[in-house]
Amino acid sequence: MAEIQSYTMNFGPQHPAAHGVLRLILEMEGEVIQRADPHVGLLHRATEKLAESKPYSQSIGYMDRLDYVSMMCNEHSYVLAIEKLLGIVPPLRAQYIRVMFDEITRVLNHLMWLGAHGLDIGAMTMFLYCFREREDLMDCYEAVSGTRMHATYYRPGGVFRDLPDSMPKYQPSKWRSQKRVDALNAIREGSLLDFIDAFTAKFPGCVDQYETLLTDNRIWKQRTVNIAVVSPERALQLGFTGPMLRGSGVEWDLRRKQPYEVYERMDFDIPVGVNGDCYDRYLVRVEEMRQSNRIIKQCVDWLRANPGPVMIDDHKVVAPARIEMKDDMESLIHHFKLFTEGYCVPAGEAYAAVEHPKGEFGIYLISDGANKPYRVKIRAAGFAHLSAISEMVVGHMLADVVAVIGTQDIVFGEVDR
Amino acid sequence: MRISLETLASRIDARFGAKVERVPSTCGELGYILAKNDLIPVATALRDEDDFSFEQLIDVCGVDYLTYGTDEWTTTSATGSGFSRGVERRPVILDESDTFADRRFAVVYHLLSIRNNVRVRLRVYTGTENPPIVPSVVDVWNSANWFEREAFDLFGILFDGHPDLRRILTDYGFIGHPFRKDFPLSGNVEVRYDPEKGRVAYQPVTIEPRTLVPKVIRDDNRYAPDLKDGSKNG
Repeated sequence: MAEIQSYTMNFGPQHPAAHGVLRLILEMEGEVIQRADPHVGLLHRATEKLAESKPYSQSIGYMDRLDYVSMMCNEHSYVLAIEKLLGIVPPLRAQYIRVMFDEITRVLNHLMWLGAHGLDIGAMTMFLYCFREREDLMDCYEAVSGTRMHATYYRPGGVFRDLPDSMPKYQPSKWRSQKRVDALNAIREGSLLDFIDAFTAKFPGCVDQYETLLTDNRIWKQRTVNIAVVSPERALQLGFTGPMLRGSGVEWDLRRKQPYEVYERMDFDIPVGVNGDCYDRYLVRVEEMRQSNRIIKQCVDWLRANPGPVMIDDHKVVAPARIEMKDDMESLIHHFKLFTEGYCVPAGEAYAAVEHPKGEFGIYLISDGANKPYRVKIRAAGFAHLSAISEMVVGHMLADVVAVIGTQDIVFGEVDR
Repeated sequence: MRISLETLASRIDARFGAKVERVPSTCGELGYILAKNDLIPVATALRDEDDFSFEQLIDVCGVDYLTYGTDEWTTTSATGSGFSRGVERRPVILDESDTFADRRFAVVYHLLSIRNNVRVRLRVYTGTENPPIVPSVVDVWNSANWFEREAFDLFGILFDGHPDLRRILTDYGFIGHPFRKDFPLSGNVEVRYDPEKGRVAYQPVTIEPRTLVPKVIRDDNRYAPDLKDGSKNG
């Protein structure tokens, strides 16, 4: 009988389960993986270097494009770092809006993850279900910023504008009759807050639907239980954060432990796993969606009752209103200076981290007192997680690689930066 | 349990004394500069001792201080001629015998203690060596592996003792270290498909580097320390 030699296999970079452009060199012995060497950087755009060549405000849009399924959370970290150096604090209403949109973003991200993870290991229906709800949340993005993905909505000193009083509506077309459009628009008649309120009312039912399909599903459990078990000690050692760390049973959530904005006023729970396998991380993320829903609801209630400014009134940092520029010389000068040169940030360094849906997303900012950052370092959660993939897949079958990539919730926009 | 930064600072002072030098911070963060020979013992102590227990290395980041504090807006010389948008950059050809300024390259480590709920930042300057080199902390925190590969790739900083120091983010066969401040933003080479040769070909970049908004440093008196304590309109 011929002896089976170990062989090397190339996985990706063009593979639907590689979640983008991951190239894995796998050393296999039969179906079992002996070693995995991920090659990343195929999406490297030098975001940090680009940010160093532009005034501070012009780079907010780049942050959306890092982890392009949780856009506003990326912005949040960058904006927080600038605010930390400038020593400014946004108005309370802006902080609530940020928390609300952070949580909307978390749900967006987890829905994308659940859909793609399900699709990868054979649950096609999940993808369709998740995108149904994602569509509604994308509409919130659109209502507030005009774009469905790359919002550039958070600004140093607050948010770009207050929540709108109306929602964008569907138009009848060849493919959609007036009757169907009316049904779709029924929920969109009121303000954005009404829409989000209605969403939070129906969303727990949707999560129940997902769980009915997956949580006790035999195939789902066969593919995830006891796959890629990470002990809490190893998770800490490997730099895991977010659901990857909580899935291993470490109760650590920046929203609770090092609260920023108004998270200390929010009532929510931190789910943790027990075994540290793919199934536990699935359970943690699904529960996080329910908790996010609770936070969104609390923000909606507060925002309804408390109108107010959403941007600080400091025109050295924030552009004055267009109308003021018409007859106020000083406003005109401020506007001109802000849009030609930007603002100078005092020299120093700051690290601002947020509890991003994927883990700890941090921005390390060094300023030398100029109008451009001297050094921007983006600490992406996915980068640390992916570096541990070799350890997680060794000894598993080839098909489990797909489950591990899925459970890590990898997005190459942030890994490659 | 959360300990305050000052508690931590006093513990670090008591334990390491002159080995570490505290960096003043304007935004309530704790940072230290230390010599690269002290890095491994200090890092190990910070990880293992109960007073600190920094179980996690959150980030490793290279920094190039070449143009720190210099601006591109040459007001005095340009007053007569007007401002040019192109900022001239001379190509940098490094010789093996060249050395760097003492504080040109630094490696910055961000540590997080889950138990004490506190963060600290360590900064190590690489010194004059060419290529710059610091000891690797992979054996202290395994998460350093890819972060150090990244700093090597982008800044050319070597990590002594790293098990697998390869490029990570740039292209296969890339030349240079793109995040150094003397590396042009538009790069040195561009890629195109050569129909005659029937393959992808590299050639020097044809884009002229332009600076749309020059870097400018203004002394904003709002941030001057003696004005911040309420005597502003005095």
